[in-house]
Amino acid sequence: MEEILKIIVLVKHVPDTQFDRHLTGEANTVDRSESILSELDEYALEAALQLTEARGGEAAGNKVIALSMGPAGAVNAVKKSLQIGATEGVHLSDEALAGSDAAATSLALAAAIRHLGADAPADLILTGMASTDGETSLVPAQLAERLGLPQVTFAASLDLDAGKLTARRDGDTHADTIEAELPAVVSVTDQINDPRYPNFKGIMAAKKKTITTLSLADIGVDAAQVGKAGSWTAVETAEARPPRTAGTIITDEGDAGIQLVEFLAAQKLL
Amino acid sequence: MAKVLVFIDNPGQALKKSSLELLTIARSLGEPAVAFNGELHDDAAAALAAYGVQALYRPSAADLDDYLVGPKASYLAAAVQTSGATVVLTENSAEGKEIAARLSIKLGAGVITDVVAVDPDGTAHKSVLAGSYTTTAKATTPVSVLTVKPNSITPEPAVTGTAPEAVTIEVPETATAASARVTARSEKPASGRPDLTEARIVVAGGRGVDGNFGPLEELADALGAAIGASRAATDAGWIGHDAQIGQTGKTVSPQLYISAGISGAIQQKAGMQTAKVIVAVNKDAESPVFEIADFGVVGDLFQVLPQATAEIKKRKG
Repeated sequence: MEEILKIIVLVKHVPDTQFDRHLTGEANTVDRSESILSELDEYALEAALQLTEARGGEAAGNKVIALSMGPAGAVNAVKKSLQIGATEGVHLSDEALAGSDAAATSLALAAAIRHLGADAPADLILTGMASTDGETSLVPAQLAERLGLPQVTFAASLDLDAGKLTARRDGDTHADTIEAELPAVVSVTDQINDPRYPNFKGIMAAKKKTITTLSLADIGVDAAQVGKAGSWTAVETAEARPPRTAGTIITDEGDAGIQLVEFLAAQKLL
Repeated sequence: MAKVLVFIDNPGQALKKSSLELLTIARSLGEPAVAFNGELHDDAAAALAAYGVQALYRPSAADLDDYLVGPKASYLAAAVQTSGATVVLTENSAEGKEIAARLSIKLGAGVITDVVAVDPDGTAHKSVLAGSYTTTAKATTPVSVLTVKPNSITPEPAVTGTAPEAVTIEVPETATAASARVTARSEKPASGRPDLTEARIVVAGGRGVDGNFGPLEELADALGAAIGASRAATDAGWIGHDAQIGQTGKTVSPQLYISAGISGAIQQKAGMQTAKVIVAVNKDAESPVFEIADFGVVGDLFQVLPQATAEIKKRKG
């Protein structure tokens, strides 16, 4: 018989990368007014859905929990995840979390994951390969360290069997096959699958699904451990890079290749 | 004087330029020490000495490469304790950042990624939101961990060389317990071109190359450049995914970026807009890439690139 899975997918509400993005306020935090579910997290959610659907889905008792940490707006990332197919949603939200760096974020998420695993620990924690805003890729590894779990990052394929996972990872110079015992923290790349879009049925079904809101008190974390106070790094200054301006644009009239090389020579780039 | 520990994973026959950059930065911050993993060949050892490395550490275990990240972070944590280092420098690769991430939790140390410069007081400079802002950040903890991007500094040997003796660091037996294991590894064929993220020049192609990277490869080889691609080109299967530049791929900051047949949507720009000089070739005069190009050609890349390649070869003789 196939095992029943409990998977927690970490989803983040990030500024849409289609538009210009900004830092704001004294702490130079990211302006989240035009935000969406991070594109890279959709691959993690899809991977979770495929793994659980292969084992009979929700009807068989499999769970895909979408967990997002962030201000009020972050609940939209959870809602979108429910529309796509997550079985339940959790929004970790507390004013004290604002300004958390990767270390403080991983501390809060680790506590939330332990809280959600109080009855039965999750088999798998899935994430995207990076957030498209912070772009540090630190949180999955920090989370694995805090939870004492193996980490498998940048998985381009993922299979589970008998409490063990097998993943493929494509590096620049070599491709690896990776094995780890469950539970584990796994981040997946945008090569692993083609994420589905929410359909009408999914959108209607999501309205009946539960979103649990957790505060720091609920997960047993002290406000001083997170936010700016609990962070181990501080941004001191931020400056918008002057926008690039267009230079010389020519239309090819038969000698553009030569003009191009002349430009490179003038810039001492040859 | 502050002790600065540089992690060099598998130094190889000769040290990579990015490793020499880390050693140069380490020396500017204090007394450089190195923790390496794998074999240390004579040439690499000589380079460490020439760069003024005061202390050298090797792991007691030879199988760290059989696991993902975890045991290397345990080894490095032990090396930090033995050396008394207050700053740790690693490369900015995916694995370098993950080792830094796990190390930071073990040590309670703040970690800053994507660093391009470090002031003597430890303030790190980096760019965020895909190069649209430059920021300075600092760890507020006794130990800081910095992952440094390649091409951040010109490597310089020390005025006076050293002769460090390698000290073996005991890797804790528990280090491999909760770690993912590499069970098979297949090497990819080497292209002979420079590494994309470290290259001084990058030639990148998009939808407009229509499956034929030939003219780009010839131009790249005439310039000693690496080949990159937009997501449209990698998704079409014209070139491997590891060549992808952009929001969901690699970020490059070369001296020269030549964009061919790429419209330059914002996600592509995210991966290359910190390049020093941008040259663009595209058939469509309305392509957004022309808004940021220092030199743009509205024309057919299959005409323009071969002509440029021939001209470069002629000039270089």
